[in-house]
Amino acid sequence: MKPLKYILILFATGLLFQNCHSDKKKNTEMAQVYKCPMTCEDDKTYSAPGNCNICKMDLVAIDETPKTQVNDDNISEESIFNLTSNWHTEENKTIQLKELKGKTLVMVMIYTSCKAACPRLVADMRNIEAQLPDDKIKDLQFVLISIDPTTDTPERLKSFAIENMMDGEQWMFLQGTESGVREFANVLSVKYKEISPIDFSHSNIISVFNPAGELIHQQEGLGVDNKETIASILKTVE
Amino acid sequence: MKNLAFRLLFVLLVIQTCAFSQSKGMVYIEGSRYIPLYGRDSTVVEVKDFEIDVYPVTNGEYEKFVLEHPKWQKSKILKLFSDKSYLANWKSDIELKDSENPNSPVTYISWYAAKAYCECQDKRLPTIDEWEYVAMADETTKDARVKPEFNKQILSWYEAPHSNENTIGLHPKNVWGVYDLHGLVWEWTLDFNSVLITGESRKDVDKDSNLFCGSAALNATDLMNYAAFMRYAIRGSLKAKYSMKNLGFRCVKPIKK
Repeated sequence: MKPLKYILILFATGLLFQNCHSDKKKNTEMAQVYKCPMTCEDDKTYSAPGNCNICKMDLVAIDETPKTQVNDDNISEESIFNLTSNWHTEENKTIQLKELKGKTLVMVMIYTSCKAACPRLVADMRNIEAQLPDDKIKDLQFVLISIDPTTDTPERLKSFAIENMMDGEQWMFLQGTESGVREFANVLSVKYKEISPIDFSHSNIISVFNPAGELIHQQEGLGVDNKETIASILKTVE
Repeated sequence: MKNLAFRLLFVLLVIQTCAFSQSKGMVYIEGSRYIPLYGRDSTVVEVKDFEIDVYPVTNGEYEKFVLEHPKWQKSKILKLFSDKSYLANWKSDIELKDSENPNSPVTYISWYAAKAYCECQDKRLPTIDEWEYVAMADETTKDARVKPEFNKQILSWYEAPHSNENTIGLHPKNVWGVYDLHGLVWEWTLDFNSVLITGESRKDVDKDSNLFCGSAALNATDLMNYAAFMRYAIRGSLKAKYSMKNLGFRCVKPIKK
């Protein structure tokens, strides 16, 4: 009877392994929160019942759990922090996007061997960075993602960063996997195509994400007026 | 006793395969070099050997998938990965509407969902070049694009309404043994976002060097291939979270050597 038992065990483990992604259990236990019915302080919430500091109305209990907040990390459904792909930084650290939570993200997709639009896109990024007040920079992360993960290794990204004087804390360069890059490009609505082993054709889009990872602004084109982009960044760090 | 054990092992293995390989099988495609409508700078692209699903993924197969992977159910899918019409023809998280045919291709599917479905079976979505390579075959030749009647046939299928409600496998298979690449639904491809013609209504010009770096290198090779033009235009206008009534998918598996 022994082999039977082993076979059954083998079968069961086989089943387990084939269940490719185990779905995270929803965290439904959320603390009850209270909010001013007049939203005097915008979205400010309180953990206990009481009165609003401004209009003195009774706070009302609000139900925070439904639509947006679904998982343990309290990120909304539209957040890019839901993506689970791994990336290498120019410092050769492996990260997931959710580790960038808490900072406003300004993101662009480029590749370092590009001679056409990318230098101008990179210039646009530097331009935006230069126009933001110094005391806000610590709350911002400027992220340049390579669409050419085979060529753009962490070492190469690092030397690109140094060459372009973008080696400060606020700059980050990412190398992903081919499928991770394709997926992220889709999140940014960026289109790209390899047209030869060293050249890509791609959309010129700079995207701004709030500290919760939700897309709040996109700037399309090269050398366009970046006033709106800057305004939207400043709004998130006020 | 041992004999019985082996028999049981065999039966269990069969059950296991049936339970998890949801596609009704794949066929082997021998790779080659060819000229697609939109190629790279040299216009010729190389397709490596791969296997492709004989049929598009059906409603019934997708039902099994969401049962096993609840995060892709209609009410649970993240907004990042879908729009409002995701699985719009389903009555609940796990059931099709009664009017729908389980043997029709699954549609109202986003790119993320299609990608996840394939990855869960250790497959992936086909690239545009792979898909077009298999789809240029008719019943007798591997490259039927030169035959005017082949293009005409495809275009007449594109005109037929509600073709997504038809059952898979009723049209003749092509020379590779693959069914329904034309005639039922459009299909997602892995790199659909590599189509840089701007059907995406940002600016209706072909080579906008402001929006696309290096776009001048991209030109169509065969101005008479209307059917292919339509496919590329659709791909160019899609976003990954879109779900559409006439857009389904199938998976491929690269051959590991």
